[in-house]
Amino acid sequence: MRPSTEPQPLSVGTALAPEPIIRFENVSKNWGSNHVLKSLNFEVAPGEKVSIIGPSGSGKTTILRILMTLETPSEGLVKVDGDVLWNVTPGQKVRETRQLRETRRKIGMVFQQFNLFPHMTAMENIIEAPIHVLGMKKAEARERAADLLNLVGLGKHMNHTPPQMSGGQQQRVAIARALAMRPKVLLFDEPTSALDPELIGEVLNVIRNLAHTTDMTMLMVTHEMRFAEEISDRVVMFDNGAAVESGPPAQIFKDPQQERTRTFLRAVLQH
Amino acid sequence: MIWDNNFAISVFPLLLEGLGVTVQITLLGTVLAAVLGLVFAVLRRLAIPVLSPVVSFLVVFVRGTPLLVQAYCAFFVLPAYGVSFDALTTGVVVIGINYSAYMAEVYRSGIQGVPKGQWEAATALSLPGARTWGRIILPQAIRTVVPMLGNYLIQMLKDSAVLSAITVVELMATAQAIGSSNFRYLEPLTMAALLFLAVSYPASRLVNRLERRYAPQH
Repeated sequence: MRPSTEPQPLSVGTALAPEPIIRFENVSKNWGSNHVLKSLNFEVAPGEKVSIIGPSGSGKTTILRILMTLETPSEGLVKVDGDVLWNVTPGQKVRETRQLRETRRKIGMVFQQFNLFPHMTAMENIIEAPIHVLGMKKAEARERAADLLNLVGLGKHMNHTPPQMSGGQQQRVAIARALAMRPKVLLFDEPTSALDPELIGEVLNVIRNLAHTTDMTMLMVTHEMRFAEEISDRVVMFDNGAAVESGPPAQIFKDPQQERTRTFLRAVLQH
Repeated sequence: MIWDNNFAISVFPLLLEGLGVTVQITLLGTVLAAVLGLVFAVLRRLAIPVLSPVVSFLVVFVRGTPLLVQAYCAFFVLPAYGVSFDALTTGVVVIGINYSAYMAEVYRSGIQGVPKGQWEAATALSLPGARTWGRIILPQAIRTVVPMLGNYLIQMLKDSAVLSAITVVELMATAQAIGSSNFRYLEPLTMAALLFLAVSYPASRLVNRLERRYAPQH
C-alpha cells in the first residue's frame, strides 16, 4: 500500500488500524475451473466505510456473499470482529456451525433486489428478526422499528406491503430491517442497481446519512462512483478475483496508480 | 325405460345422504392430503438422510399404483396383519394418502417458486430454520398453489366413488344399491351424476376465482 500524498484524516489504512473487524486471509472461491477469488487478503478496520469497485465478474459481490455466509469459500480464513467465520482447507466439507451462526449475527446485508418479504408489512419485515432472533419484546421491537422507519423517511408507510411501495421505498425499508439487528458490519450489494434513476437519490441519501452518523463498519459494492468517492474512507478496485488497488477515494479517482484502475474508471465515468 | 318421477323423488333423500358421505370423505381426505403432502414436500427438500429418500419412495409408490388397488389392500389385506378400521375411516385414509403424494409435488413446485432472495434475506437476518419455513417460505409457496390444491379437491370428490368398492356407502354406492334392489338404474345413476356435478361445478368456479386472486404478485 502506498502512502497517500495528502493528509486523509478519515482514511484508515490497514497498517494504522488496530485489530481489523473484517479479515480475509488467503481466501479463494472457485466455481469449477472459474476462480472467482484468488487467494485474497483483505482487511477492513472497525468503523471504516469501504467501497468496492470493479467490473462485473471481478469477485466483488462474492466477498459480501462469503461474509453473509450465502457462499462458502473454497479455501481460506475469514474472521469478523475477532471471531472465525470461515476456516476452510481445500476439499473440506463445510458445515454450518454454531460459531458461524453466532458470528453471522454481527453482519447485516442490503441486497440489490431488496428481498423484502412481500407478504408482510414494512413493520412486520423489520420486527421479525429482532423478536425471533434477538428475543426482543414485541412492543419494544415495534417502537424501534418505528424509529428506524422514521430514520429512512418512511414513518407513514409502516403498514404498507412491499408490492404497495416503490423500489426506492422498498430498499429503504430493507436498510431499516438490516439496521434493526444492530449489526457491527453492514454490507451493501449494489443497493441502487435495480432502481429507476429517479429513485436512486433517496436511497443514497439514507446510506450517506448512515455513513456520516454511525460508527458501523460499512462495506459497499457499487457502480455509483461519485457516491463512493463522497462517502468512503477507502476505495478498493477489484479485477479478476483480486484487489488491484486500494486507497483513499481522492487517490483512486483522481490519481489511480494502476493501469487497470485507470481504464476501468475511464470506461465507467465516460458514458 | 322411461323416467319415473315418483321413483326419483322417493329415492332422492337416500342419494342426498350418500352425497353427504361423499362430501365428508372429500373434506377429511383433502385436509389429510394437504397436511401430509406439505410434510412430505418439506421433508424431501430438507434432504435428511434415510428419511427423505423413504418419503421420496413413498411418493413414487403411491403415485405409481391405482387408487383402487390401494383401497383393496388397505381394506382386505391389512386386517390380516391386525390393522383394521371401518370402511369409511379406511377410505378417508387411503384417499388422503393417495392425494398427499400428488399434493407433495404441488407444494414442491410452490416452494421452488419462492425466489432465492427470500432464503438469502432470512439467512442475512439469522432467522432460525423453522421460522424461515413457517413465516417466510411456506406462506409464499402455499399462496401460489392454493388453486392447484383446489383442483385436487374437486378431483378427489369424483375419485371418492372408487371407495364404493370397499363398501363405503357414499353417493355412488347408494345409487348402485338403489338400482340393484329396485331393478331401476336410470333414475338413481342419473341423479348421482347430477349431484356430483352440483357440487363440483360451483367448486371449480370457486377455484377459478382463487386462481385470479392468488395469481403471482409480480
